[in-house]
Amino acid sequence: MDDFFLLSLSTLDSTLRLSTPLILCAMAGIFSERSGIIDIGLEGKLLAGAFAAAAAAAYSGSAMLGLTAAIFTSIAMALLHGFACITHKGNQVVSGLAINILASGLTVTFGIAWFHQGGQTPNLSGDARFSPVTLPGAEIIREVPFLGPIYTELLSGHNLLVYVAFLAVPLTWWILYKTRFGLRLRAVGENPQAVDTAGISVTFLRYRAVICAGILCGIAGAYLSTAHNAAFGREMSAGQGYIALAAMIFGKWRPVPGLLACLLFGFLNALAFRLEGVSVPGIGQIPVQLMQSLPYVLTVILLAGFIGKAIAPKAIGRPYVKER
Amino acid sequence: MTVEQIATSRSDVAGGQAAPPTTSKTPAIELKGISKSFGPVKANQDVDLKVLPGTIHGIIGENGAGKSTLMSILYGFYEADSGDIFICGKKQDIRSSKDAISAGIGMVHQHFMLVETFTVLENVMLGAEGGSLLNKSSTLARNELLRLSQEYSLAVDPDALIGELPVGLQQRVEILKALYRGAEILILDEPTGVLTPQETEQLFKILDILRSRGVSIILITHKLQEIMAITDRVSVMRAGTMVSERETKDTSKNELAELMVGRKVLLEVTKDEATPQETLLEAKEISYRDEDGILRLDNVSLTLRAGEIVGIAGVSGNGQTELLAALSGICALHQGSITIGDREITPDSPSSAKEIREFGVAHVPEDRHRMGMVTAFDAKEVAIMGYHEDSAYNGAFLMNEKAVENHCRQLMQEYDVRPEDPNLKSANFSGGNQQKLVLAREMDRAPKILLVGQPTRGVDIGAIEFIHKNLIKMRDAGSAILLVSVELEEVLSLSDRIIVMFEGRIVGEVTAKDADACQLGLLMGNAGAEEKRNSSNNTIMTGELSE
Repeated sequence: MDDFFLLSLSTLDSTLRLSTPLILCAMAGIFSERSGIIDIGLEGKLLAGAFAAAAAAAYSGSAMLGLTAAIFTSIAMALLHGFACITHKGNQVVSGLAINILASGLTVTFGIAWFHQGGQTPNLSGDARFSPVTLPGAEIIREVPFLGPIYTELLSGHNLLVYVAFLAVPLTWWILYKTRFGLRLRAVGENPQAVDTAGISVTFLRYRAVICAGILCGIAGAYLSTAHNAAFGREMSAGQGYIALAAMIFGKWRPVPGLLACLLFGFLNALAFRLEGVSVPGIGQIPVQLMQSLPYVLTVILLAGFIGKAIAPKAIGRPYVKER
Repeated sequence: MTVEQIATSRSDVAGGQAAPPTTSKTPAIELKGISKSFGPVKANQDVDLKVLPGTIHGIIGENGAGKSTLMSILYGFYEADSGDIFICGKKQDIRSSKDAISAGIGMVHQHFMLVETFTVLENVMLGAEGGSLLNKSSTLARNELLRLSQEYSLAVDPDALIGELPVGLQQRVEILKALYRGAEILILDEPTGVLTPQETEQLFKILDILRSRGVSIILITHKLQEIMAITDRVSVMRAGTMVSERETKDTSKNELAELMVGRKVLLEVTKDEATPQETLLEAKEISYRDEDGILRLDNVSLTLRAGEIVGIAGVSGNGQTELLAALSGICALHQGSITIGDREITPDSPSSAKEIREFGVAHVPEDRHRMGMVTAFDAKEVAIMGYHEDSAYNGAFLMNEKAVENHCRQLMQEYDVRPEDPNLKSANFSGGNQQKLVLAREMDRAPKILLVGQPTRGVDIGAIEFIHKNLIKMRDAGSAILLVSVELEEVLSLSDRIIVMFEGRIVGEVTAKDADACQLGLLMGNAGAEEKRNSSNNTIMTGELSE
């Protein structure tokens, strides 16, 4: 029993770690898509952010500088997306795809040019990485039965960016529903003309929304290469941007349901790692590929009917053109 | 100032209003020499306009006369190429909606600028929140909204979702939005297009109250009776220029129509008594559900007889579109049957639009751009759509271009389609000429049954006269015509029998002789239900005000 408790605790612990980039990217997607800009470029921004963080951290030896570089790189990608589809009213899916391809190619090219390790960045250690943070009182409370291990093992001991991700959710919710910016952002995704005739610039508003998305994706990228791992590797985002996009849709473009979807996908991933090579009684060994494909399969099934229709922001994907 | 004081002070003005407002007053709005071109098209040429404070000023003109462009310039949507705007005597530089709002101009657009997933309060606040956090500003906004609704008798529940409100109330929210921003000048662009006659009456009452409180109102419309009913002065636009201005009480519908079109127009439809013959089409208890499973046609039965026009009245979206689609074979029935000649169409034995066409049923769809034509096609191609397999237009392998072109040219002559160029892309014709082309195509074969949806939507007065005459001619030649229109006046003047639809059901049938607009309007809004809704709204209001 005790073993099982500890085992589930460590599975949940890795769920948190694995969900972190998903949560950040899903919140990024909410900002962008709620303003009416489709953001399949989450993946590219995540990857570019990861590379920038690892590269800057490798040169400077500072994780914080790495994070800053990641955020600015990701914002730059977001602005490029914005320039194509807000200013020039281009197709948002095509532009997003271009961002992804660009990130995939540029990270490897710069990686080879700067570090000569086949696209990898050097291994980071010490201050160049985000190290685990021990929450206050973790040592004292450790001996308390049940609650002690939950606090010490599960909640404490993650790196800073994990906590940032979980704080990003209430923050996103608060911005969307409690601020003037959020009200306008939601309005522009539903009816940009209403916003325009109310005397608000649609263009500026949407740019600010994609910049928010850029910031969050940058943090997620830094998490991948300088917190969760200790270097950048080719294509290290491995489709997590797309999973986050699915989680966001699954959560119907809302922060809290989006968080839950990310946790579910993170949990399935953690389970997949845990069950690798383990023989389950009565079933035998579960192929790892099956577990890894579960998030995708689940998304399709759930979206197809289980949770009902996910109603997208009404003006999503449509560039705003004044009449005539 | 209390409401009573305002009322008394206004009544003084109202007393003096019998005389036309004197020119010594500073106009609320003065436009001088406004010009605006879109490429080669001169939308506005040297337009002048003066609107006196506290009056309702009508602007009337045909489609494309430049009314909307002029108002868009005033509201900062477009910038004029030249010309000046004076608000209350002060020259203003209006480059964006924001400038217009701060100059005290509010606009109620034809298509509402509302966010459907937001509440009334959120919509009213949007863009005028007053602070970066919503908590505080929404309390202030709520109080202000309630004060405004009370002052102007515009009852509305601040927490209702826009998407769930009837159109009339949505429009009310648009007016409140403008007042909330401190508008002293209100522009209404074709405000009655989506309203039932009762809702229109309500709107006019509101406009009257606003006027008595000193708000200056510009009413853009193409409906002559509205100009006559509510405005103080009226300006007429034609082809981008302001052709004339009149005191409303000194003019008449006929004069205004003549000014709009530039020639004499016959507004009344003249027709003889119908002499209905045998039944050509009979629909028995037909029902239809759309893709979402919503019942759009509910147990509808009707007959069409040779030599009569049956009009369908109703606010749009109450099943008229689906009725046309079902009768023309575009969508399949779920229940009931349609009999045309010897053929009985049932859910088990469905028919195609093509087959129905072969029975001599022609269909002029409501939405000509989506269903009536392909705007990227040449006029000559549009003129044979649906009949393109006819041997007259086809050679052994290729189409007979010459025949197609000649056919189109002949139709254009007969139905007065201008410009008379079969090779012009159909998108480049004006709305009225596009409609005449579609009507020509469908009427040319002298169909036994003609289904017509919105025959004069977006069509100029001159063309309306022509279309109406031709419909009557077809009826007298022995065709059965089903007419669907949101223009109640059109239904009244053309039909021999009138059927009223509400929420997919037939809620009333009257002969045209006995029908009057008021009675039909009540049926269209399903009067009983409407009254209930209104009274519940009022209780909400009083509840909140007493807090």
